Amino acid sequence: MNNNSLWIRTVIILAITLLGIYLVFGPRRTPTAADFTWNGIKSNLAENINLGLDLKGGSHLVMRVKTDEYLKVLTENNAQAALTAAQEAQLPVTGSSVQAAGSNYSVTLNLGEGAQPAAVAEEVKKKVDFVNWTESSTANSVTWTLPSTNQTLLKNQAVEQAIKIIESRINAFGVKEPTLQRHGSESSGQILLQMPGVDDPERVKKLIGDDAQLSLMKVVSAPNPSPAQTFPSEEAARQSLGGAVPSNRRILAYREREDTATPTSPQDRPTQFVVVEYPSVVDGSELRDASAVSRTGNEGDYQIAFSLKPSGAAKFGDWTSKNINNYMAVVLNDEVKSIAFIRSRIDDQGEISGTFTKSVADDLALTLRSGALPAKLEYQEERTVGPSLGADSIEAGITASLAGLIFIVLFMLIYYRGSGINAVIALILNMLLTLAALIVFDSTLTLPGIAGFILGIGMAVDSNVLIFERMREELKAGQSVAKAVQVGFDKAFVTIIDSHVTTILSAVILYLYGSGPIRGFAVTLILGLLINLFSAVFVSRTIYMWILSRNPGMQKISI
Amino acid sequence: MFEILPNINIDWMGIRKPLIAISIVVLMAGLISAIGRQLTPGGTDAFNLGVDFQGGTVITAKFKQKPSVEDIRAALNNSGIKDPIIQDSTDKTDEVLIKIPLIEGTDVGGSTGQAVNQVSVGRESVKAALNAFGAEAAPEVSLPDDPNAAYKIVGTDSVGPVAGAQLRNQAVIATLLGMIGILLFIAFRYDWTYAAGAVVAVFHDVLITLAFFSIFQWEVSLTVMAAFLTLVGFSVNDSIVIFDRIRENLTLHRDRPIYQLTNDSINQTMSRTIVTNGLVFLSVLALVLFGGEVLRGFSLALFVGSIAGTYSTIAIASPIAIWWQSKIGETKMKEAPLSQPSGEKLASASRRSVTRRPVTR
Repeated sequence: MNNNSLWIRTVIILAITLLGIYLVFGPRRTPTAADFTWNGIKSNLAENINLGLDLKGGSHLVMRVKTDEYLKVLTENNAQAALTAAQEAQLPVTGSSVQAAGSNYSVTLNLGEGAQPAAVAEEVKKKVDFVNWTESSTANSVTWTLPSTNQTLLKNQAVEQAIKIIESRINAFGVKEPTLQRHGSESSGQILLQMPGVDDPERVKKLIGDDAQLSLMKVVSAPNPSPAQTFPSEEAARQSLGGAVPSNRRILAYREREDTATPTSPQDRPTQFVVVEYPSVVDGSELRDASAVSRTGNEGDYQIAFSLKPSGAAKFGDWTSKNINNYMAVVLNDEVKSIAFIRSRIDDQGEISGTFTKSVADDLALTLRSGALPAKLEYQEERTVGPSLGADSIEAGITASLAGLIFIVLFMLIYYRGSGINAVIALILNMLLTLAALIVFDSTLTLPGIAGFILGIGMAVDSNVLIFERMREELKAGQSVAKAVQVGFDKAFVTIIDSHVTTILSAVILYLYGSGPIRGFAVTLILGLLINLFSAVFVSRTIYMWILSRNPGMQKISI
Repeated sequence: MFEILPNINIDWMGIRKPLIAISIVVLMAGLISAIGRQLTPGGTDAFNLGVDFQGGTVITAKFKQKPSVEDIRAALNNSGIKDPIIQDSTDKTDEVLIKIPLIEGTDVGGSTGQAVNQVSVGRESVKAALNAFGAEAAPEVSLPDDPNAAYKIVGTDSVGPVAGAQLRNQAVIATLLGMIGILLFIAFRYDWTYAAGAVVAVFHDVLITLAFFSIFQWEVSLTVMAAFLTLVGFSVNDSIVIFDRIRENLTLHRDRPIYQLTNDSINQTMSRTIVTNGLVFLSVLALVLFGGEVLRGFSLALFVGSIAGTYSTIAIASPIAIWWQSKIGETKMKEAPLSQPSGEKLASASRRSVTRRPVTR
């Protein structure tokens, strides 16, 4: 082996080692003297390595957007809107029907005598967005069907929209460095939310899941000065509509004063019912801003003031001017929060009165501002690790790893003596570079990740053992030291490659098909094994080459 | 230099039948445990599945003054939580693990309704029950820093049935695909007979470990799955080391029967086997002793698996490989001549090593 290649190998090794040291311990700024103290090194190390939630503490939530429900509501709303549009245009329609089950979503308008399907479709499409739907018609009906590719499209849009809304809610809540992304397969509709440092996710969960849907609706009642028409029971309200609720009416519960201290606990307050006109005058999507305000400043006496966007304000102003003295209901989540009569034209300001506590009012205002979720969420997985439990896990993982490592180092030094030093250098380099690689790839170190790290160390030791045992065999067979080193590395290399490729192969499959914790394991294992080919084979061999170049005719080697 | 077992010459293939018998006894014990437990009414299930795989909630609570397990159980029962499993943490005296099964009573609407319920209310219901002992520390405040608090929930794992099934399927699919990958790679590098031997050995190791998990009712969680995957890699690694030596010996000693070559290869690599596996075994032992509660299942799986993995290479993988080769050659294993086709193929597959100077023993 010539000296040139030896120098090249040495330079490569030194460069990679220095890079590794910089990545793991180095500060990402101009270094100061403090960076070279023990505490400085420790804090830089802690800063450079991304710890998973299971090690540093935090909450991990997997939720699913109920996309089926989203499509169902969309279909029903479109049916109602299509019917209304056709009726307003004085077209002869007799009714509408909806199919929203399984993977079939369609809206059918039934036409009366003498109707022209094409004209009806034309009129309806001016008002209702049927862009993604395929249209078909018979002599007495028009049907819009949602093809399955567009179902997927809309479902994806719903999930993306939900992510945006959740994002604005948690940002406003002040969660630091959250991770919010889609989870699982494309069609699962799952969202993963990770919040470092949050050890009680209840309020966040409530905030995310809250479906604050605001709408302003006209109450069916005689106008002021007679009081707003309310009913003591749902049944009485239904009777007033002749026993059945037509599609343009809704019966809603009405609790005037709500949400004092605990919004979740049921409260003993007489509930009344009112009949309102459907669809609403304006809804939450027209909302521009909402905030919690208090007139008295007392805790437990907060209201929510809101303002509308220009488009909503125009609609609302138009409607209020035509409905002076009529009653309007402020509806939050299908429950009437307050009823007021229209004194004069109102454009863009309104208020939800009630006696909320400050935090409830704040959360509610926040939910209103961020808009409504496209569909309800369901939680599928919740994992919370308190910072103390995470610290305990790190400690246990490090203690166990160190205990194992110290034993391995001692054994290698005693059993292989001089060559053992070689193995220990390779081992330390392997650990350093694996950490550096985790940092370069911006991977997160988790508890299973530490396990993968330990397995990687185990295989690193195995590589050295394979090489050394082979060298011993060659030496026993009477080979020269130089020959034994060469054959030992060459022969063991075939075995090492085969076993590493096999393990990397299965780890890659784990990465591709596994979920969070399994992935963490696979990543550190793959990195550890790839680096091992460098540290246990390339570096270790270079060290032997150095020894041999200084003493070419050596007869004995410490192994 | 000092050595462990400098020169051994054991007829490993000769004692394959007693070795395989040991495996069968352990596997049968596991099978009886699994089936027996499953069929015993009111008893435990075949496996003690963690919440990761069957859904449910595990709460880790830290107390200032830890109440007795009976008191905690009574408090949970009072607030309507049925069949909680309460477990003292082995390494932290002030912590307790509370495991509650999927909450029943809302399963009328199918599994999705249940999922919502479980994951949203699991923590809350335990919290409501534990409030009997005093208040919980405020969020983001550690227990000692809150003078009014009696306890704090420091960890929650809550998994709905849908997510549980998803995680379970994912883990099983990943493991099976991993094994198929290994099978193909070994078949490509060596021979189908060796691939079959290695994969049967891997199955054997996983099954043996599962048998222990069923017999001792250790909890099977997501981290235990990671341990299974680790031991798959470990077992294959061990098999490859010996196969590699068999392949090399085949090219060097074409005149020897494969039966003897296999024995020689196992004996030649025995010191490596003992050193490496001994070290792995001891690191895993450190993990069992110091790894803590969270890693317990993982450590135990590796502990059993590392023993099974070493043993199966000798007792399972190698005999199967040469048994199949002898079937191909339609001769008895012992007298298997080397002119058989698979032997030729192996020799050519490692032509590279022929050019090296042969090792004389």
